[in-house]
Amino acid sequence: MQKHLLLGVEAIGQGAIDGGMSGVYAYPGTPSTEITEYIQENELAKERNIHREWSANEKTAMETALGMSYAGKRAMVCMKHVGLNVAADAFVNAAITGVNGGLIVTVADDPSMHSSQNEQDSRFYAKFSMIPVLEPSNQQEAYDMARIGFELSEKAGVPVLLRITTRLAHSRAGVVRKELLDENTMVLPKDPRQFVLLPSIARKRYNMLLGNQDGYIQMAEESVYNKYIDRENKKLGIICCGIAYNYLMENYPEDDCPHPILKISQYPVPEKMIRKMEEECDELLVMEEGYPLVEEMLSDFFGRGKNVKGRLDGTLPRAGELNPDWVAKALGLPCTEGREIPELVESRPPALCMGCGHMDVYKAMNEALEVYGKGRVFSDIGCYTLGALPPYESINSCVDMGASITMAKGAADAGLIPSVAVIGDSTFTHSGITGLLDAVNEKSSITVIISDNESVSMTGGQHSSAEGKIEDICAAVGVHPDHIKVIIPHKKNHEEMVQLINEELAYEGVSVIVPRRECIQRAARMRRMAKAAKEN
Amino acid sequence: MKTDIILAGVGGQGILSIAAVIGAAALENNLELKQAETHGMSQRGGDVVSHMRISDQTIYSDLIPKGKADLILAVEPMESLRYLPYLSTEGYVVTNSTPFLNIDNYPELENVKAEIQKHKNVVLIDADKIAKEAGSVRASNIVMLGAASPFIGVDFEVLEKGVEAIFKKKGADIVNMNLKALRAGREFALAN
Ligand SMILES: Cc1ncc(C[n+]2csc(CCOP(=O)(O)OP(=O)(O)O)c2C)c(N)n1
Repeated sequence: MQKHLLLGVEAIGQGAIDGGMSGVYAYPGTPSTEITEYIQENELAKERNIHREWSANEKTAMETALGMSYAGKRAMVCMKHVGLNVAADAFVNAAITGVNGGLIVTVADDPSMHSSQNEQDSRFYAKFSMIPVLEPSNQQEAYDMARIGFELSEKAGVPVLLRITTRLAHSRAGVVRKELLDENTMVLPKDPRQFVLLPSIARKRYNMLLGNQDGYIQMAEESVYNKYIDRENKKLGIICCGIAYNYLMENYPEDDCPHPILKISQYPVPEKMIRKMEEECDELLVMEEGYPLVEEMLSDFFGRGKNVKGRLDGTLPRAGELNPDWVAKALGLPCTEGREIPELVESRPPALCMGCGHMDVYKAMNEALEVYGKGRVFSDIGCYTLGALPPYESINSCVDMGASITMAKGAADAGLIPSVAVIGDSTFTHSGITGLLDAVNEKSSITVIISDNESVSMTGGQHSSAEGKIEDICAAVGVHPDHIKVIIPHKKNHEEMVQLINEELAYEGVSVIVPRRECIQRAARMRRMAKAAKEN
Repeated sequence: MKTDIILAGVGGQGILSIAAVIGAAALENNLELKQAETHGMSQRGGDVVSHMRISDQTIYSDLIPKGKADLILAVEPMESLRYLPYLSTEGYVVTNSTPFLNIDNYPELENVKAEIQKHKNVVLIDADKIAKEAGSVRASNIVMLGAASPFIGVDFEVLEKGVEAIFKKKGADIVNMNLKALRAGREFALAN
């Protein structure tokens, strides 16, 4: 059998294509971005004309995919974990409407916060919405689950969450492809009111969802991805969720773990299997990548039941991604360790690239703000967030996408005038526009700097939905045209930019400054591509 | 056979190309492979690491346990030290001696080298210089791969094939230059 060397995210992209998907909808976000990028480059996806353009944000992606499902076709939504907060309204309600064509919501969590502002665990969202979850333990399962997930969704009648974490997303292994499935043909839902969540209909649909829960548990009970592995030594029973199973097996490479093992990769949790383990074993150890979701379910509040060990009692650290060493320690196995890191080793934080336009913006802004004093710049998420670090130390906040403009408005409401927002072009169209409307409607004294590098750079230079539209959007929202200013952020324009920022800071109302210069990484990539195209 | 390799460097230095060559070689040899990479924020000039595992048995964990790596292959000297807790006592450190200076507080290079030399099995190599002689500094990562090749556990010819496969798209000149870099790195390691 031919093996393809694929990242976990690529395996999901391939699995979705092979599973008969008609459209992928996504907004970039580490560690989920490469699923969509893989599909965008894939020949079969092009041949089938699978939808694969980027969406403006995760909510629009989720809703568009739901529309495709309504029309009977199979769709996948991809995002990073915090994207699910943005898409949550649609996500939770899609469990009530249910689906027509299969719908997989692939969410990549980032425990240890390698590239994120928190390490929230998306399984909670699925539990809250009461829909099934698939959590692969390796790349092959990631492929298989993306492929059969549509069918599971159609059978369950609701969206299915495919949950991965950074480690699996960005690790490569050999994957065997399976038979290519056909796409669905377009067909409307049998019940024309299925998707109309008026209270009277929603109550019926919600009761249906509640009624389906036992069936979902049964599916998990029978799932090929959940396994009860019986062993002699019942002093301890081990429950491993998703990738945790690998770390357990790493410690027993001869498959000689003496304790019963329950591998969970499909939720809701298989209750019978868990009860069996509880009956047979003296103690339980729960290992999960993320929050202690299963552990919390099994832990006994009053302390009269079985001892459950895991992240809550300190057997494993409460925060951070799992690794084989923590798991060895939790199992009481000997741990090895090489030499300590010598003291002279310094940390090497990420930094803005040499020649990046964001740097010129911060240099000018720092100078213009000197007279007002520090502490009045609200920023956002993107490469420009690195302006929080030396030598710039220019910004005072980074919370969630779009929060720069709204927080600046709130601070201005409190009397911090002028307040400044610094936001990127993609972040602006993701979630900045509505906040700007609030500010315009109340004539807030804020200066919004939309640092436009014409690219979604932090995640690798994807196409930005904002391209060529920013001034028009600001004007349409109601920013006065005299206070929409565009400038090229460059050393030679430094004085001009300082002056421009000064003028707008003095203006009592909403002003928007758009420093615009293409991301240097993107420019270099475009040059390379053009050169390659010419040579071929 | 089983080889656990830590690939270390700074975002943008090309450790993923090294990983791609080893990956192609492992596939050619029908070996199991797992390779965890760093994507995202750290690629902006931060420290990056890849855990690369090849074996003729099933590999479970995507991460190498501490104290178990057979080899640290670093394209930057200070970065070779960051992952010492992963290296087994008998493991090799193969590292480029040319520093990548993008932080103000980079330690004295002599002290960095002294720390590297404290390890039992070390190959310290000026990969940038050797790459330049082979045709381009940009091949210094492939020089490093050559220098590490005696410790990877796959035949050198298979690595050569891997280099050919990875650079084929870029034309015969680039392939030959990288093959030259690979061989020069290997010669250095075998001679020192
Ligand atoms: C809700 C949410 N979705 C996605 C991300 C991932 N993300 C972080 S920065 C970024 C790109 C921002 O692009 P832009 O605003 O244009 O700034 P640039 O990086 O180009 O400077 C993305 C998509 C996130 N942090 N939160």
